[in-house]
Amino acid sequence: MVRVMLGGSLKNSAGGLSEFDVEAGTIRELLTRLGDQQPQLKPILDKGVAVAIDGQIYRNAWLEPVPPDSEVFILPRLAGG
Amino acid sequence: MAPVSKRPDPERRFKQVGTRPLRPDGVDKVTGRAKFGADFVLPGMLIAKVLRSPHPHARIRAIDTSTAEVLQGVKAVVTRDDFPDPMSDETMTGEGDESLRDIVRNVMAREKALYEGHAVAAVAATSAAVARRALAAIEVDYEVLPHVTDVDEAMRPEAPVLHDDMFTAGVEPKPERPSNIAKRYDITLGDVAEGFAKAEVVVEREFKTEAVHQGYIEPQACLASYGEDGQAELWCCTQGHYFVRNACAKILGMDISRLRVTASEIGGGFGGKTTVFIEPVALALSRKAGRAVKLVMGRDEVFRATGPTSSTSMRVKLGATADGRITAGQAELKYQGGAFAGSPVQWGAMSAFACYDLEHVEVVGYDVVANRPKAAAYRAPGSPMAAYAVESVVDELAAKLGMDPIELRLKNATREGTQAAYGPKFGPNGLVATLKAAREHAHYGAPLGPGQGRGVASGFWFNFGGETCVSLNANQDGTVVLSMGTPDIGGSRAAQCLIAAEELGIPYDKVRAIVADSSSLGYNDMTGGSRVAFAVGLATIQAARGLVETLCARAAGIWGIPPEAVVWEDGHAKPAGANAGAFDPLSLEDIAKVAANTGGPIAGHAEINAEGAGVSFGTHLVDVEVDKETGRVSVLRYTVIQDAGKAIHPSYVEGQYQGGAVQGIGWALNEEYVYGDDGRLQNPGFLDYRVPVASDVPMIDTVIVEVPNPGHPYGVRGVGETPIVPPLAAVANAVAKATGVRMTTLPMSPPRVWQALQAAAGVGPGSGPEG
Repeated sequence: MVRVMLGGSLKNSAGGLSEFDVEAGTIRELLTRLGDQQPQLKPILDKGVAVAIDGQIYRNAWLEPVPPDSEVFILPRLAGG
Repeated sequence: MAPVSKRPDPERRFKQVGTRPLRPDGVDKVTGRAKFGADFVLPGMLIAKVLRSPHPHARIRAIDTSTAEVLQGVKAVVTRDDFPDPMSDETMTGEGDESLRDIVRNVMAREKALYEGHAVAAVAATSAAVARRALAAIEVDYEVLPHVTDVDEAMRPEAPVLHDDMFTAGVEPKPERPSNIAKRYDITLGDVAEGFAKAEVVVEREFKTEAVHQGYIEPQACLASYGEDGQAELWCCTQGHYFVRNACAKILGMDISRLRVTASEIGGGFGGKTTVFIEPVALALSRKAGRAVKLVMGRDEVFRATGPTSSTSMRVKLGATADGRITAGQAELKYQGGAFAGSPVQWGAMSAFACYDLEHVEVVGYDVVANRPKAAAYRAPGSPMAAYAVESVVDELAAKLGMDPIELRLKNATREGTQAAYGPKFGPNGLVATLKAAREHAHYGAPLGPGQGRGVASGFWFNFGGETCVSLNANQDGTVVLSMGTPDIGGSRAAQCLIAAEELGIPYDKVRAIVADSSSLGYNDMTGGSRVAFAVGLATIQAARGLVETLCARAAGIWGIPPEAVVWEDGHAKPAGANAGAFDPLSLEDIAKVAANTGGPIAGHAEINAEGAGVSFGTHLVDVEVDKETGRVSVLRYTVIQDAGKAIHPSYVEGQYQGGAVQGIGWALNEEYVYGDDGRLQNPGFLDYRVPVASDVPMIDTVIVEVPNPGHPYGVRGVGETPIVPPLAAVANAVAKATGVRMTTLPMSPPRVWQALQAAAGVGPGSGPEG
């Protein structure tokens, strides 16, 4: 079980909830199961988010492993100029 | 081959990385031979011009092109009817996610013209003169509507509403009425009320900044050729020709594979060339005319119709204990992003307090639309404005506490393990190192004269990696061609040649880098987000190591020994040890010239999604002198100190530092979009929109700090965006020191500074801080 927190401006996107426990071994599993658990988040997750695992931000890495005791944040996808 | 290990090797001694060889594109650029967007020609090509709305806000009742279409020499006319309306809310991912519906409406106005300069129709003709005559013959029936250009005005309930279907997202319950507030963002950490209750000193200020343009020298330009078989080619200046390809194909209903886009040399972009404006229009005209079409923007069109960054209105509050520990930070950020949703307020909100280790933070951001051109990315989108407000308040806090401003920052600085207000903990980073370097720099202790002041400010940017492809092809003479898919804006060809040369052990000038067209490599994200040195560097390392693996295998075959018995050292294949046999080393040339006999051409390649970009921090010092009679601010001395992780080509890193600082100085002192009451831009040219030139600024001193990024084998961090973050506040803090007046509106142009000084002296209207 991974503890997932909504970060940045996504924090209030789930009707006041911002922390969830999700059974997931990879980022893809994490996003899929979080969307199943919290349907109100699904449109945001489907549009694309970044995932920070222990401080390391992944923008597009579905297959990245998520260690069970890691600190996981869902963030807006990063951009730049 | 296996992915490259990303952990930096602290024992590695570089032979070429970190040196400063001549840039491969230098001669072409100084001789004028380099081909920019407007330099491409094709036989029989037509010239296109765009008709733009004179009104900042108007419903388009009808467009009559019949007279224009029959003019001699006119070969095609396009309007909104030539660009199908996307029925879904699909987004295109470039520098962020853009609504396809908005992109189409920005390329060509549909129901309404939403800003002065909004494209309404376009013509392709046999000459520019004919095209202009045709534009004059197009009749547009406008219903002129009330307009709004100021961010605070746009947020008022009684403001003219741009989009009837815009209901503020991010608030519950959903508003009953549409408004110009596209979205509300909020970021919270801890409890700010609790934090402020612990504060012994509190500073709160309101700020405004005007929109500024990226100010690239080369206007948008393209040449499109659409064939009868449905295949098309496009040459254009862009930061991302793969994005241009995908966006144009989507807009025009083409298969991606049928459109090939070649990026020209680029005369600056700074984020402003990360979307499409004229490219789909030129392709649509070419399709209709059956001939090649060239479309080049004029400078006034660049100002009126391409993206500047946001104007803003902000409030920041900080509290601290008497010994200088910041107890809470609070901000309200309102960013006007032009006629469509998508201002960079989200990034401003996330980066606002990133330099500080705070327990209690609250940031509320508003994405606001107004009758101005749609904002585009500009270096570290959204961060410079927020940093201006926060770092100004930090400076005032230091003054109230009687603390040195660098000591206050050091006491509260983000370190490894600090929890960002936007969520995750920071990894190893260089903020403290830049602050200490600033404190120890000779600049910080140098004496100041009368009327002079010194400012300091820090800044942050996230950085990212992204999709990247690189091919390395070994030629028979031992040279190597490196193909990359990211336009070279900041010296990436030189940097990637250095990396390839380092990995292959061959001289720098034996590697030739090219920017390949969109059909030659897999998808590449744009040049932006400070990603290229990091992400393309990772791909180049991986491609080079794959090439070396093949070279060793070929040498092994020649020698008749197992591949694992061969090592690559100093540009040569060698037997791994005495047991492998006694063979003379083989150079890359030795192996490549007999490649046909050992299995064919030798190449390495990498297709990756680069993750692991390290964050970036910098600290700037600036001395200014203020002429109290005219309000003119002169920059006397400027020092940029920034963490690069590892500088591949230090001259280019310094160039990024210097360029960002100068653009920030312009933002702070002179640059602004000036709108009249009629909603029309008053200064769409470099004469009236004043960017700094060489004579306006001193030599910008630089210090490269290197705290390795653990996500890159050399430790590289992106460096291109952070340098524009601190200057706005650094200059404002210097002006405050020089005058005793806190400037809370940018730019600090001479009239504004003079009025503030007059007010502070009790001579003019108002008194105290300028508003």
